[in-house]
Amino acid sequence: MQDNVIDRRNFFKLSLLSGGVVAVSTISGGAILHATELTHVHKKTQESSNKIRGKMFFQVQTDFDNLSAACERIYPKDEQGEGAIGLGVPYFIDNQLASAYGYNDREYLQGPFIEGIAEQGYQTPMRRNEIFLEGVKALEAISQKRYKKTFSSLKGVEQDKILVDLEKNKIDFIGFKSSEFFTFLRDMTIAGVLSDPIYGGNDNKNGWRMMQYPGAQMSYIDKITSDEFFDIEPMSLADMEG
Amino acid sequence: MAEVLKKVDVVTVGAGWTGGIVAAELTKAGLNVLSLERGMMQTTENFAMIHDEWRYGINYGLMQDCSKDTVTFRHNVNGLALPYRKMGSFLLGSNVGGAGVHWNGWTFRFLPYDFEIKTKSFERYGNKLGNDYTLQDWGLTYKDMESYYDKFEKTCGICGEENPLAEKMGLFRSSPYPQEPLENTKMLKRFEKAAKEMKLHPFRLPAANSKGGYTNPDGQDLAPCQYCAYCERFGCEYGAKASPINTVIPKAMSTGKYTIRTHSNVIEILKKDGKATGVRFVDTRTMKEYIQPADIVVLTSYMFNNAKLLMVSDIGEQYDPNTGKGTLGKNYCYQINMGTTAFFDEQFNTYMGSGALGTTCDDYNGDNFDHSKEKFLHGAMIYSVQLGNRPIQSAPVPKGTPNWGAKFKKALNYNFTRAITVGGQGASLPHKSNYLSLDPTYKDAFGMPLIRLTYNFTEQDRALHKFITDKTAEVAKKMQGVRSIKKGAYLKDYSVVPYQSTHNTGGTTMGADPQTSVVNTYLQHWDMDNLFVVGAGNFQHNSGYNPTDTVGALAYRCAEGILKYHKNDRQLV
Ligand SMILES: Cc1cc2nc3c(=O)[nH]c(=O)nc-3n(C[C@H](O)[C@H](O)[C@H](O)COP(=O)(O)OP(=O)(O)OC[C@H]3O[C@@H](n4cnc5c(N)ncnc54)[C@H](O)[C@@H]3O)c2cc1C
Ligand code: SF4
Repeated sequence: MQDNVIDRRNFFKLSLLSGGVVAVSTISGGAILHATELTHVHKKTQESSNKIRGKMFFQVQTDFDNLSAACERIYPKDEQGEGAIGLGVPYFIDNQLASAYGYNDREYLQGPFIEGIAEQGYQTPMRRNEIFLEGVKALEAISQKRYKKTFSSLKGVEQDKILVDLEKNKIDFIGFKSSEFFTFLRDMTIAGVLSDPIYGGNDNKNGWRMMQYPGAQMSYIDKITSDEFFDIEPMSLADMEG
Repeated sequence: MAEVLKKVDVVTVGAGWTGGIVAAELTKAGLNVLSLERGMMQTTENFAMIHDEWRYGINYGLMQDCSKDTVTFRHNVNGLALPYRKMGSFLLGSNVGGAGVHWNGWTFRFLPYDFEIKTKSFERYGNKLGNDYTLQDWGLTYKDMESYYDKFEKTCGICGEENPLAEKMGLFRSSPYPQEPLENTKMLKRFEKAAKEMKLHPFRLPAANSKGGYTNPDGQDLAPCQYCAYCERFGCEYGAKASPINTVIPKAMSTGKYTIRTHSNVIEILKKDGKATGVRFVDTRTMKEYIQPADIVVLTSYMFNNAKLLMVSDIGEQYDPNTGKGTLGKNYCYQINMGTTAFFDEQFNTYMGSGALGTTCDDYNGDNFDHSKEKFLHGAMIYSVQLGNRPIQSAPVPKGTPNWGAKFKKALNYNFTRAITVGGQGASLPHKSNYLSLDPTYKDAFGMPLIRLTYNFTEQDRALHKFITDKTAEVAKKMQGVRSIKKGAYLKDYSVVPYQSTHNTGGTTMGADPQTSVVNTYLQHWDMDNLFVVGAGNFQHNSGYNPTDTVGALAYRCAEGILKYHKNDRQLV
């Protein structure tokens, strides 16, 4: 790991032209040009970025447990390593649902809302966190109806059957399609496995490690022409704080 | 009541590539320029934490806030258009620098064939596609464009090499590329060898990611590219990728004659007695309205908003697909992408790369092959690139792999470093039923109508797409060590959901004749001498290349036109 720790200030000295990077400062009027120096230092990899966790969105433990179980079916633990739960993905999703992603913050939410054709994309006044909540509650309802048990206690194959029904639009919801919920769930599970650990998933960069993805490295200029494959210890944005 | 501000010589709407180029050229010539930009200020300094796929790559941290403004979409005139609520198919830029901050840097000139497409294809094949395809010459030739291309490429310090088919295509250059091509890699060499075996003519993709340290003719510096792999959709933290914020905008600033006013969303072009008098805008921090008077108004706000501003301000004649009358909104084109992924057992450094690190060939592009037996015109480039795969967006898995579960996990983790894609990027030709207009229902945050996109892929697109997809599979199969291939699906109906390309063109087309274009070949509006409109909206069709070299070249030509107009005060052609 230490090999990949580069001090940005030195790095710039090494690679940049004289004069530094010219940047334009915030402007209200004239021209202010100045040279910027980026001063981040890559710290040593932290052990695990996510020892402190909490729920910001889900209120009911059963809902969270069912979400966790569903994520684990999408990205299960195996001989390669942790599954979604071990990587912190349920917390990643919970935290995202409480923030911009969950509230569709940068999306057009004005009506009228009319169901269009698939090629027009989703058209619903519901926020993603509402869809998730209803979706997760449906997991429990279907499970109780079919097996008289909570979803998270079902066998893997039983859970899969319910997930497949959602994926194939066999479950009715008001306001959205079950396949839309399934796609969110699937995509968010993958995102939680593979996004930077600063978001609460990909615990200790193990999601990246399993696919040999080195994360937020600064530069590959010394390796780009090499025919050799490099398995590089991954780096998180958290490694740059300090 | 809107507050009236002090008059300026020139106002541009937006400060991306087009706004920045116009500002640099005009301020150098002594004019005072103000750019109104709806987004915030940003500089290279903003990108220290940029290696964040979730924030920037997936959640579009640098792009348009669609809660304020978006487009609506339907397939055809009879359909009901609905809002593009979340970006997917194309990604609209925002903030100072626009999409020029988070582009890849593929920098291709269009072909001589492109500028005279109607004449040249009629000469060779007659009216092959029929009258539903509204093919149009651009009013100037490649020869007219060459010096502007040269200028933009020098501004960006493009890294490239001569196209082996250049002579055949008439694609002459007045000077070589400013820099040699980016580094070559094992993945790209694999593609190159296979392409050569198929008798294709591969060459290194022209890139705006600077190979070495480079100082452009304006005196602006670019740093060497680090192949950091967070390039397209991201700003470059090194200032290595040529962008308006490290080239033309600081140049314009250095003259002391340029101002950018951020958080300023333009909603109308004001006019009196056949001239533009300025623009009306909203300060998004207060929602207060202002009037900015100007001698010359330049629309540089990307093709959708350029068309929208003309429409809401009632300048020019709206195109009507039923009668074929009107030019505003006509000839909207997009791009078609195709490809085949090849899977290997050998590992490659797929996670390294740069926005325009690649190799390509033009054997099936433009009119470089005989189309007599085909059901389409034009073609596509065939390429392989090493942009640096990021794991969420790029999860290549072989055919038959489930979408989730244990088998998916295994395939995802195994194949991430074992796949190479052979892609194609194809031309898009105009059709009478693909166009832009105002939406009758949906409004933006400022009460103005959204722009409505009526669009579907055409028979021409489908035939071309299939032809090139098959070619990509042929090349992919030939790559040494290939285990299996996965050919992309043939073209279905256009959908706004998956990302395809931000190469939207048309709507404010250019030409030699007001009957078939919105602006003349100086990008000056036919109906209003002191109004200029520049961007990919000027294209009469889209080629099998990326647009920005041509957009940049047109912006240089526009600036030249503005200076001429400033002296003569009349229509330039
Ligand atoms: C992910 C991505 C990758 C790309 N890669 C390539 C590539 O490799 N090669 C290539 O050739 N092209 C590429 N492009 C396209 C390229 O970015 C555009 O062609 C180019 O940026 C267009 O320049 P422009 O000045 O017309 O518009 P923009 O760069 O979009 O600038 C327009 C500016 O106007 C502002 N604006 C819009 N509306 C208003 C308003 N009402 N009031 C005030 N301001 C407004 C916007 O905020 C923006 O800053 C890519 C685009 C994307 C999104
Ligand atoms: S790949 Fe090169 S040009 Fe692109 S962001 Fe990284 S260093 Fe900049």
